[in-house]
Amino acid sequence: MIQDFIENHKLPVGETAEWLVDVIKSFPGLLNGIRSVILWIYTGFESFFLFFPPWLLIIIIATIAYWSAKKVNLGLLTLLGLLLIWNLGYWENMIYTLSLVLSSALAAILVGIPLGIWTAKSKIMYRIVTPVLDFMQTMPAFVYLIPVVTFFSIGEVPGIIASFIFAMPPTVRLTTLGIQQVPAELVEAANAFGTTSVQQLFKVEIPLAKKTIMAGINQTIMLALSMVVIASMVGAKGLGRDIFIAVSQIQVKIGVEAGLCIVILAILLDRITQSFGNREPKLNK
Amino acid sequence: MFMKAKIKVSRLTKIYGRQTKQALSLLSQGKSKEEILKETGCTIGVNQVDFEVREGEIFVIMGLSGSGKSTLIRLINRLIEPTSGSVYVDGEEITKLNPERLRNVRRKKMSMVFQKFALFPHRTVLENVAFGLEIQKKAKEERYQKAMDALRLVGLQDYASQFPHQLSGGMQQRVGLARALANDPDVLLMDEAFSALDPLIKKDMQDELLELQGRMKKTIVFITHDLDEALRIGDRIGLMKDGSIVQLGTPEEILMKPNNEYVQRFVEGVDFSKVITASRVMKRAESITLGKDGIRVALKRMKNLGLSSIFVVDRNKRLVGAITAEKAAAAIQSGSEDLESLLEKNVPQTDMDTPLYELFEEAAVTTIPIAVVDHERRLRGVIVRGAILAALSGNGVRKT
Repeated sequence: MIQDFIENHKLPVGETAEWLVDVIKSFPGLLNGIRSVILWIYTGFESFFLFFPPWLLIIIIATIAYWSAKKVNLGLLTLLGLLLIWNLGYWENMIYTLSLVLSSALAAILVGIPLGIWTAKSKIMYRIVTPVLDFMQTMPAFVYLIPVVTFFSIGEVPGIIASFIFAMPPTVRLTTLGIQQVPAELVEAANAFGTTSVQQLFKVEIPLAKKTIMAGINQTIMLALSMVVIASMVGAKGLGRDIFIAVSQIQVKIGVEAGLCIVILAILLDRITQSFGNREPKLNK
Repeated sequence: MFMKAKIKVSRLTKIYGRQTKQALSLLSQGKSKEEILKETGCTIGVNQVDFEVREGEIFVIMGLSGSGKSTLIRLINRLIEPTSGSVYVDGEEITKLNPERLRNVRRKKMSMVFQKFALFPHRTVLENVAFGLEIQKKAKEERYQKAMDALRLVGLQDYASQFPHQLSGGMQQRVGLARALANDPDVLLMDEAFSALDPLIKKDMQDELLELQGRMKKTIVFITHDLDEALRIGDRIGLMKDGSIVQLGTPEEILMKPNNEYVQRFVEGVDFSKVITASRVMKRAESITLGKDGIRVALKRMKNLGLSSIFVVDRNKRLVGAITAEKAAAAIQSGSEDLESLLEKNVPQTDMDTPLYELFEEAAVTTIPIAVVDHERRLRGVIVRGAILAALSGNGVRKT
């Protein structure tokens, strides 16, 4: 009886999702707008990086890496790592991947930080956003590809958007955490001096939450990088595509080389963003 | 001396809970805190408090933790929104201001100093002090200049580029004080400002506050749980218990005339010698006048009054010295008439406002009483050892 009832009354979960996708598809203007913005960001990064000859870009990035932490080791590591990628012949693909990662991370940061601040300030938002973020992070990332491809067809844009959805949660979460962790007495002190809520946010809360927010950004970049192979399945260029091909054709050589390039890129991005996050050592109590 | 009311607080009430309206009406019916808690689930933070703070005075609100004093001070600048009642500053009703005008009052008229300093760790000392001016969007040059002036006031001009955590607690609180002063507010709200400091540093800070106050004449509302501190710095003290002010008066009034058992118990352990001043224990001074009375008059008067020495003043009542009975008798025997040559000029003396504990040492060694003089050196009274002892035991002090 109960069994019959449960088995014969399937809830229309999938149907609802399909309906939702159809609804969103009925706004082609909006989708095209998003598409052109994302594409504009991506091609911006891509043509910027490809504008420099590899050796010059390697020197620039290594210098930035050194300057971010004032550590010679990090500069040297960056120099050697990028040289290796160049040497193995994956320079251009690395640039595509880097542009993809930076585009989706940038989008995630631009959306994630304001959302995180709002979530920290509003209890209702907190109750809504937390489960949504859990959902975004645990839903297998492949699933995002399906609606994203229906909306944006194939190429870089759907890859970036899927990465964006998957990579945004840490920025939101850690921004919220960072703002909430600002000691209440400092917020009170700011108020006692007559701050507006905007002044309170920019002069007290964000500067004090900066370290935590940077940790979120770092996580977001790492997650975006972990999406590159998946993004290549919908047609994004780069190291991800190399690996995808290597897997489907069982090519150990390409697989190992491209994989190594991703590892190098991951380490460099991680170290450099971390050292930007830890920049004010004076703050350490 | 202090006439104008700078801050006026009238029936100010803060109720925490959901059914505040109901609790408020019960409160006005005179129900007790416990009854209201039982009926509505609301707790009374501050209960229909009335007081006035006069321009230029240090008004201390003193109470134990949970007495509502920290809530009360925050109701004044509305960091906590009052449930009912009103606060006026210079006649302006703070409790009716819209957010923008309230911000303006906080920016220009009232500054606050916090118990745990609440300095911004990401800003240098100078940037912390300049915070209030930055919020007012003052030009960088002006705000740093004013901030430096404020730092100079508290003696920290050399630490401007340090970060707060590099300073000691006492120095941090000086920064807190400088930050509050940089806006040049009329009113300073100090919430347990010195409570987190070591006892010795605390005393230094109290001295410094009194010294600064002597120059600046701000109106200060000072919260503390430390009775000694309240007695030391307060021009007037409001004693709080369970959200109400149970007694309000000068330090001496509180000590000498506690108006209920709670206050009585509170002041029991107090070191009276720090509060009672010379003028309160002095006795009428017997004196002779130089150029009018002679040695014989002096000796006769001492004999009549049973004294072993007597003070000598000039015709304007200014203290000149003292003469002992022994010397006077010897002089008469040897036929000398010159009173002035017999005078003991180096007599122990003190002014009217000196607290008793500063007189202990003098009283212990002197053979003649301590003379109490006013600021024109006129003899106003004398203090004998017995009077000091009587005062310390809580008796023998002249009531005002």
